[in-house]
Amino acid sequence: MWWFKSKRSAASAKERLQLVLIHDRTDLTPAELNELKDELIQVISRHVEIDPDAVQIDLQHDGRTQRLVADIPLRSVTRRRAG
Amino acid sequence: MTAQVVTISSGKGGVGKTTAVANIAFALAASGSKVVCIDGDIGLRNLDVVMGLENRIVYDIVDVIEGRCKLRQAMIRDKHLPELYLIPAAQTRDKNAVSPSDMKRVCDEIRPEADFVLIDSPAGIERGFRNAIAPADRVLVITNPEVSAVRDADRVIGILEAEEKHSPALIINRLNPDLVKQHDMLSAEDVLDLLGIKLIGIVPEDESVIVGSNRGVPVSQDPKSRAGQAFRNIAHRLKGEEVPFLDLDKQAGLWDRIQKMAGRR
Ligand SMILES: Nc1ncnc2c1ncn2[C@@H]1O[C@H](COP(=O)(O)OP(=O)(O)O)[C@@H](O)[C@H]1O
Ligand SMILES: [Mg+2]
Repeated sequence: MWWFKSKRSAASAKERLQLVLIHDRTDLTPAELNELKDELIQVISRHVEIDPDAVQIDLQHDGRTQRLVADIPLRSVTRRRAG
Repeated sequence: MTAQVVTISSGKGGVGKTTAVANIAFALAASGSKVVCIDGDIGLRNLDVVMGLENRIVYDIVDVIEGRCKLRQAMIRDKHLPELYLIPAAQTRDKNAVSPSDMKRVCDEIRPEADFVLIDSPAGIERGFRNAIAPADRVLVITNPEVSAVRDADRVIGILEAEEKHSPALIINRLNPDLVKQHDMLSAEDVLDLLGIKLIGIVPEDESVIVGSNRGVPVSQDPKSRAGQAFRNIAHRLKGEEVPFLDLDKQAGLWDRIQKMAGRR
């Protein structure tokens, strides 16, 4: 089977560990993260207009500190007024 | 004299806790420190055989805690190094025979009379592990460059952080430089990057470790063994000396980076 012969497995070990450790440390599953994202979109949409599909929420780590990083592009106000 | 209490933990079993305690203890004692080892693995006593002291056991840690003997009577002195002692685990009891405050009490009694107390922690993150870390001034977390060992080490580090223990230091054991070179084993740098704590030693995979435990003479006593050298270096670092890390894979640049990463908190 090809995957037993394929080399450089260390990189995939590291990548998989990176994800698993973030979730172990924060006790936040990928499903819960998605739920959080949906709720966040709802709350923010009450105040400003955003494009739900453009919202990005990621867990990042720096040493042993976890960070929730959200990128939420706002829709242009001028365009909204024009429309 | 007031001893530094150092506990070696891992989460996962079989990564080298007992081996590391025995080797670091012999290295410390051989360089003039007075060392008392405590086998914290109640019911799965092992440190005695790895240290070659199994035939001299009369009393164990539970006998001390339950008052059947004095602390001194349970401290087995090594055959060759007069400043090295072992307090064995009880073999016929379970972890619940000991509590974290019992361990603190025993260590407080040893403290004024030794330079180091080294505690061998059992696998897992339950009672036996809690007992082993309770009296620790420092915890060394040991892991192998392998996914499940690294993941379990991260859990242990997380618990130590929650307990507000002094930041633990990492031992990477059984590193195989050839596998790292062919990119089929996590490098020391990868493991440090994932776990985010400071490094205190990298020990190569080395057959002489097994030969040493067969004989009951840890390899840190063998001047030619690479793993022995790595354990001796850890002993020096515990004493606060600066020792460069072994250049296990002779890749230019990489080891400079590791030396730097090792210095961070
Ligand atoms: N650096 C090493 N090279 C080769 N074998 C090792 C090394 N470190 C440990 N071992 C072997 O691994 C096995 C498990 O080690 P041990 O110290 O008993 O682990 P633990 O106490 O964490 O369960 C033992 O057979 C030991 O000899
Ligand atoms: Mg053990």
